[in-house]
Amino acid sequence: MTQGHPQSEKFVGQPVERLEDAALLMGRGRYADDLPIRVGTLHGAILRSPHAHAEIVSIDTSEAEARPGVVAVLTGDEIKELTDPFIMVLKLPLQHWSLAVERVRFVGESVVLVVAEDRYQAEDALEYIKVEYKPLPVAVDPRDAAKEDAPLIHPAAGTNVVSVRNFNYGEPDKAFAEADHTVELTIEFPRNSQTPMEGYVVVADYLPGNNTYDVLANFQGPYTVHPVMARSLRVSGSALRIRTPQDSGGGFGVKQAIFPYVTLMSTASKIVGRPVKWVEDRLEHLSAAVAAPNRVIHLEAAVTKDGKVTAFRFDQLDDYGAYLRAPMPGPLYRPHGCLTGPYFIPNLSVTNRLVLTNKTPSGMVRGFGCPQMYFAIERVMQCIAVELDLDPLDVISRNLIPAGSFPYRSAAGAIYDSGDYPKALEIAVEEGDLKELKERRDKARAEGRLYGIGYCAVIEPGQSNMGYLSTILTAEERRKNPKGGSVSQVTVNVEPLGGVSVTADCMPQGQGQGTALAQIVADELGLKPDQIRVNLEHDTQKDAWSIASGNYSSRFVSSTAIAAHRAAQKVRAKLATIAAQSLNVSEEKVSFGGGQIFATENPDNAIKFHRAAGAAHWHPGSLPTELEAGVREIGVWAPPELDSPSDSDRINTSLTYGFKIDYCGIEIDPDTAEVRIDKYVTMHDTGKMINPLLVRGQIEGSFGWGVGIALYEEFVYAEDGSFLSGTFADYLCPTACEVPKPVILHMETPSPFTPLGAKGIGEGNCMTVPVCVANAVSDALDVRDVRVPLTPARVSAMIHGEEAAPPAGRAAPAAKAEGAGRALAGEGTTLVPAAPEEVWKTLLDAEKLAAVIPGCHRLDVVGDNDYRAEVTLGVGPVKGRFQASVRLAELDAPRSATLSGGLDGPLGSSRGSGRVRLEARDGGTEVSYTYTVEVTGKVAAVGGRMLDGATRMLVRQFFERLAAQVGGPPVHESWWTRLLRALGIGQ
Amino acid sequence: MPRLSREARHPVTIILNGKRASGYAEPRLLLVDFLRREIGATGSHVGCEHGVCGACTVRVDGKAVRSCLMYAVQADGRRVDTVEGLGDDSSDLTALQSAFRREHALQCGYCTPGVLMSISDFLERNPKPTETEIREMLSGHICRCTGYAGMVRAVLDVVSNGGAAESPKSE
Repeated sequence: MTQGHPQSEKFVGQPVERLEDAALLMGRGRYADDLPIRVGTLHGAILRSPHAHAEIVSIDTSEAEARPGVVAVLTGDEIKELTDPFIMVLKLPLQHWSLAVERVRFVGESVVLVVAEDRYQAEDALEYIKVEYKPLPVAVDPRDAAKEDAPLIHPAAGTNVVSVRNFNYGEPDKAFAEADHTVELTIEFPRNSQTPMEGYVVVADYLPGNNTYDVLANFQGPYTVHPVMARSLRVSGSALRIRTPQDSGGGFGVKQAIFPYVTLMSTASKIVGRPVKWVEDRLEHLSAAVAAPNRVIHLEAAVTKDGKVTAFRFDQLDDYGAYLRAPMPGPLYRPHGCLTGPYFIPNLSVTNRLVLTNKTPSGMVRGFGCPQMYFAIERVMQCIAVELDLDPLDVISRNLIPAGSFPYRSAAGAIYDSGDYPKALEIAVEEGDLKELKERRDKARAEGRLYGIGYCAVIEPGQSNMGYLSTILTAEERRKNPKGGSVSQVTVNVEPLGGVSVTADCMPQGQGQGTALAQIVADELGLKPDQIRVNLEHDTQKDAWSIASGNYSSRFVSSTAIAAHRAAQKVRAKLATIAAQSLNVSEEKVSFGGGQIFATENPDNAIKFHRAAGAAHWHPGSLPTELEAGVREIGVWAPPELDSPSDSDRINTSLTYGFKIDYCGIEIDPDTAEVRIDKYVTMHDTGKMINPLLVRGQIEGSFGWGVGIALYEEFVYAEDGSFLSGTFADYLCPTACEVPKPVILHMETPSPFTPLGAKGIGEGNCMTVPVCVANAVSDALDVRDVRVPLTPARVSAMIHGEEAAPPAGRAAPAAKAEGAGRALAGEGTTLVPAAPEEVWKTLLDAEKLAAVIPGCHRLDVVGDNDYRAEVTLGVGPVKGRFQASVRLAELDAPRSATLSGGLDGPLGSSRGSGRVRLEARDGGTEVSYTYTVEVTGKVAAVGGRMLDGATRMLVRQFFERLAAQVGGPPVHESWWTRLLRALGIGQ
Repeated sequence: MPRLSREARHPVTIILNGKRASGYAEPRLLLVDFLRREIGATGSHVGCEHGVCGACTVRVDGKAVRSCLMYAVQADGRRVDTVEGLGDDSSDLTALQSAFRREHALQCGYCTPGVLMSISDFLERNPKPTETEIREMLSGHICRCTGYAGMVRAVLDVVSNGGAAESPKSE
């Protein structure tokens, strides 16, 4: 290349500022909910199950249908009639539909869809739907659900453990028999999700003329799910047009699981004959969208006396929640090739079990099975160090795959493409200044502070082999329909004035891929990135796509980026041919740069880029005869290394394998049990970096989420399956105060399997931070059983032991009622200025009782002392209509009775009972009561912090109104009297 | 304030980014829904609908507020500033917006409009904050993409170079 000529400016590898940013910073992004909709578009709202497991006895939608603005109400009956159940990865007798059919299996499951003129009206109408449920026993904990006698989530399957597979590589049994030590550990990894700030958005429009669905959705792929949607709608793939918007407000895998709503809104559109739009709200997202599977892993390591691991034996139980939605159980099989981590471990035994439970279906979440797996591996590596009294970093170091071993075939079949792990470790220790960190720890410990250091080393897989899931089948089953590979496609178009535009099969959610594509294409064509218009709206009826299309598995840099490179090369070759003709040199002697195409050996002999491109449009007759007119080229890339699993179950699960080694120092406050990350060092080898700025963004972002997993984030379920994390005040995401600045280090070992040498980097630190922090906490407290998130409560229990039960008294959490989740108990006393007989009569009089029950609009007698009522009640920010049942039993007139009953409504359900005692006192009656209440559904999910107070208030209101009903205001006790009584002084 | 009828749509006029903007709102219509659906100012985003995430932050009479916790009718007659009012076109980003781009302080960009509005309000009141103060202010926002590192760098950068509002010097 000629020195000093503009062609020497290359952009791949440079920290090019993002082309996406200006529009986003000005509020001119084009997210799904921002886009125009057709006049007449209707809006959907979904009634969801308050029960973790129940039969649907009946659904009465008549009142809702009559509400203002309501156009249609859909239940499972319509869905069953008009659609087919979603196809799954495994052929199992389970059925999953877009609305619950006959039974609900998790809190938050879609039960009824209301379609109305606007969203507010649709939500209003939900309150008027009456669903009668018959609650069923639940299976919430995966280990309980895996037991023989567990309640069955899908009775037709006959078991909750719907897949069991054993794998053996090398000679694991021999290795364990010969080992000096066996180190074993059981870990439990929680349910969590990176919860994008933008929820799901679907706008579905059924076109009756040709039986086609036109759907806008912020779907992120993979397009393996496109056939799942099309089949459920009973149309061919080409009759389901999926369009994705230019901008998406975060994905992290989560926006794959939008697909049931595509089917649901499409069906609704077909029924109403108008487009139907639905925007997910935060409660819907947290409770019902998706969660990374929680996993229980028992891992054993066969270890020599000097700390070398000769074999791993995994026993994994992965919890997929209530349905096995495609592409589940991906998280269990995607990292299969990496089960031996970055270590030279030739022997491996694996048992994988999938279990279903009464929780939200699991799905794609950043990390996709790796955070779970590495939590087990790297905790065990640390335990080896502790048990053998070795330095944890020495244990890692001794087991790393040696330099010069690449490409390296792991025990389970992954082909690690390149790397130099010992060198990376060395750089991390030196440049991260481990020595100083150790001094910091020693000083802290000398002062009696709780300080620990944790380490971990992981392989980050990039770009999944679309055949990895078939590893779950036996070799014989696989032979009938072998699967493997990964196709990506990009189109580069040059218009008549020489402008270049690019479309691609990726749906970025903030990764800046438009910029990276512009860099790649600009370099090939001698232009600048801001001269390339990248349009990443995708349309399945107009753009190139295949099943692997989408944004997931950190695939971009080794897939779509390569397709763009190839498409640009084709454009370059074509324009070089055109230019060569006019420059009168051969094609090989043509260069591109500075917006010109020129003779390499004589840059002054040049033609402007747009002139060469223009010739293909304005005067195709002038082109060399072998060239077609126009300039529009599709680049296709399908790496040959991604083969289907071998007969011995070895599978190259991904195309690229990055390496990272992290260490951190943490300090625990002995009083608050808060874990503070003092220093965090993260070392990456991700091959060649296409844009270091974007790489840093991926590292900082996955690091931030890693901190969330380690310290804060968990979807919590009560034992009865109630969901308790329905707001961002319950599901805690770290903020700027909780995420420290990591020290980021790099080395670059190019991948030989991808032309640009880059490796996926999208997920890395969410795999390392949880276990690295856990190892540091283990080091600080000298404990072995470490569970994330390391909340203060959990860490406090590790320091001080479990907290003692609170003393008995008002409104303490109830001692476990059967199957209880969010159970509350309390007691109270009210003085009523009437005789006990008078109070008693009121309780037994339906009309008077109606006036006593708070918020009661209507009360019907359904039997002896048995009533049905309609009430409106509120807890904190939520208020809604409920169907109430009230029954009086164990009557001992006029002294005592048991009141029991329940509430059911769109906001949730509750069951409770209480004992009421009446005692004559000072010419009136002292009414004393005790109660126990269990609450589930939306109220439990969002109002957890307020439930106790609200329940106490409601019960108290009941008795105050009772007093009012029998002839006067209640005698309020002063706080002084209450205090005295609480202290056992006074009456 | 006049008594409003629950079912009726009431005229609401705001000064949006310095210009009059009018529409109709039922009393229960949230300010953010009014801005997005009635006025068509879609720059402000809805992230949680319960005032925790900060994505919908706008400035009402100069003060940063959550537009998901305020009704449109409450904004009637008041000045409302949103992200759309910060810069005019791509060549004219404010110093803060430019710093966000330079420091890679945004990825998906969904939380960014609210973050920018909070910072704008904050820096007017506290032009020389420390990093700790910046982090505390940012803790009113949830961002799931960036780990906040770029945002902190961007604000520090703006603070050390003299202010958020003016456009950067041309290079």
